[in-house]
Amino acid sequence: MIDFFNNYGAQMMRLIWEHLYISIIALGLGVIVAVPVGILLTRTDKLATFFIGLASILQTVPSLALLALMIPFLGIGRFPAIMALFIYSLLPILRNTYTGMKGVNPDLVDAARGMGMTESQLVRKVELPQAAPVIMAGIRLSGTYVIAWAALASYIGAGGLGDFIFNGLNLYIPELIIGGTIPVTILALLVDFVLGRVEKKVTPRNHVID
Amino acid sequence: MIEFKNVSKVYGDGTKAVDDVSFTINAGEFVVLIGTSGSGKTTTMRMINRMIDSTSGEILIDGKDIKKEDAVQLRRKIGYVIQQTGLMPHMTVYENIVMVPKLLKWEKEKMQEIAERLLKRVDMGPEFLDRYPQELSGGQQQRIGVIRALAANQDIILMDEPFGALDPITRDALQELVKHLQEEMGRTVVFVTHDMDEALKLADKIAIMSEGKIIQYDTPDNILAEPANEFVESFLGEDRLQQRSTMQTVDQVMVKRPISVTSDITLGEAIRVMRDRRVDTLFVTDMDNVLQGLVDFEAINKNRKTASTVQDIMSHVYYVKSGTLLSSVADKMLKRGYKNIPVVSEEGKLEGLVTRASLVDIVYDTIWGDDEEVESIPLETTQFSESE
Repeated sequence: MIDFFNNYGAQMMRLIWEHLYISIIALGLGVIVAVPVGILLTRTDKLATFFIGLASILQTVPSLALLALMIPFLGIGRFPAIMALFIYSLLPILRNTYTGMKGVNPDLVDAARGMGMTESQLVRKVELPQAAPVIMAGIRLSGTYVIAWAALASYIGAGGLGDFIFNGLNLYIPELIIGGTIPVTILALLVDFVLGRVEKKVTPRNHVID
Repeated sequence: MIEFKNVSKVYGDGTKAVDDVSFTINAGEFVVLIGTSGSGKTTTMRMINRMIDSTSGEILIDGKDIKKEDAVQLRRKIGYVIQQTGLMPHMTVYENIVMVPKLLKWEKEKMQEIAERLLKRVDMGPEFLDRYPQELSGGQQQRIGVIRALAANQDIILMDEPFGALDPITRDALQELVKHLQEEMGRTVVFVTHDMDEALKLADKIAIMSEGKIIQYDTPDNILAEPANEFVESFLGEDRLQQRSTMQTVDQVMVKRPISVTSDITLGEAIRVMRDRRVDTLFVTDMDNVLQGLVDFEAINKNRKTASTVQDIMSHVYYVKSGTLLSSVADKMLKRGYKNIPVVSEEGKLEGLVTRASLVDIVYDTIWGDDEEVESIPLETTQFSESE
């Protein structure tokens, strides 16, 4: 154990950083794209079925295959890996944004509109605050997925803790496999915990009291 | 003033929610739209703030076509109260009350002041400002819902079954409150309900709707007195129609233009009028027909030698103003033994006379109801008494 840290400690810190870096950028892009799209979809029911269906199909493509598919288009390295993870993060966020917005009590929407809110005020002041816990739950789910899948990104040369796991597999060094897997799990749990706290924070008071 | 001119709302599948409706709501009036579900009453109301757009016809507010106005700006000028309060659970009571003022970018002090003042009007202290809606009782929540619709000085308030979900006692208190606020502040209220008691209690005018059309649009008294058709009658229900005599005013039963003389005529002339018209009392008025008093046969007989004009001998008379409820007049007649009571206008002019015979008519109506029974029963009695 101590030997492992002596030999690989510095490298491990670098890989953890890479891993987080890839994941956070992918998740961040996912939020930036999926939340607004999810909101727009609540305004057009026909498009919603199509887009959510499309995102579901993308989700079914095996992650390793998706990474491999990136190579002919984007080459290898960090960028294609981030793109693949971003695509994976979309569905849970998109779906939760859509259902969360749709689930807002219609009386509140009616009252807000009837009192003279514009569509954007309605979204910002009523629907988003009310849907925030559901949307946040989607982001949290995507977050843990992305951390776990980012391990595969090393396969196309993106780095991250996947480097340890793949090296271990190729060179038959179990310590490396374990040394990659455990930090990935801990990272996933940590991200889940942090996003869980955020989720609580954005939950309006009415949900706590109900 | 809100004017509906041949307004219809037809949905894509051909259903007519509102069918060629025309009516006018005057400024400051409390108008209740009533009907069964699917009668188009809510649709009619929601077209006023363009939550639903009409498919044909036009709606004018103070002469301006609302379709030419921006819907968002229009709505900010119209208060809106819905059944399930529509209070924002993530906003405090204060934030809820000043929602529209905030949209209109009012100054903070002004908003704070108006929120406190309105809360006070509904008997709630400033300590409620920082609470959240779900910490309040249902009645308190709807009080906030009501004052939220008043906060930006809206001239028109739309209310969609606002008290439907409340218990009877709370509902009663809120009805009183809303009626009081409306009268005090002079706002125009358009109120949707399916509860006839609520409509009769609150409305200046009631529009009874069925299948997208307005069947009758009139004051509660007139609707009770003269239901337009069987549908309205059945909607009012037997009980209320039976009770209508208590809702009647003296104007509806009084004898018009009772026999009167001016105060300057001589006793001899007065006696002649009595003889010609076969009466034993005369009402005395001045030249403008303002009621002065009463002279009866006995007084004339007693003072024949000493007095010259009726002015000298007329006695005071108990009278009521036009518009007085018949029930209260009947009460006085029976308890104090007046034979008749004159009815005067606001300016004191003699308009009519409620006699004991008018009361008999009412009792007769209430007991016998419709005409057929009334004809058959007395006939039998007459025959019976003859054969004895």
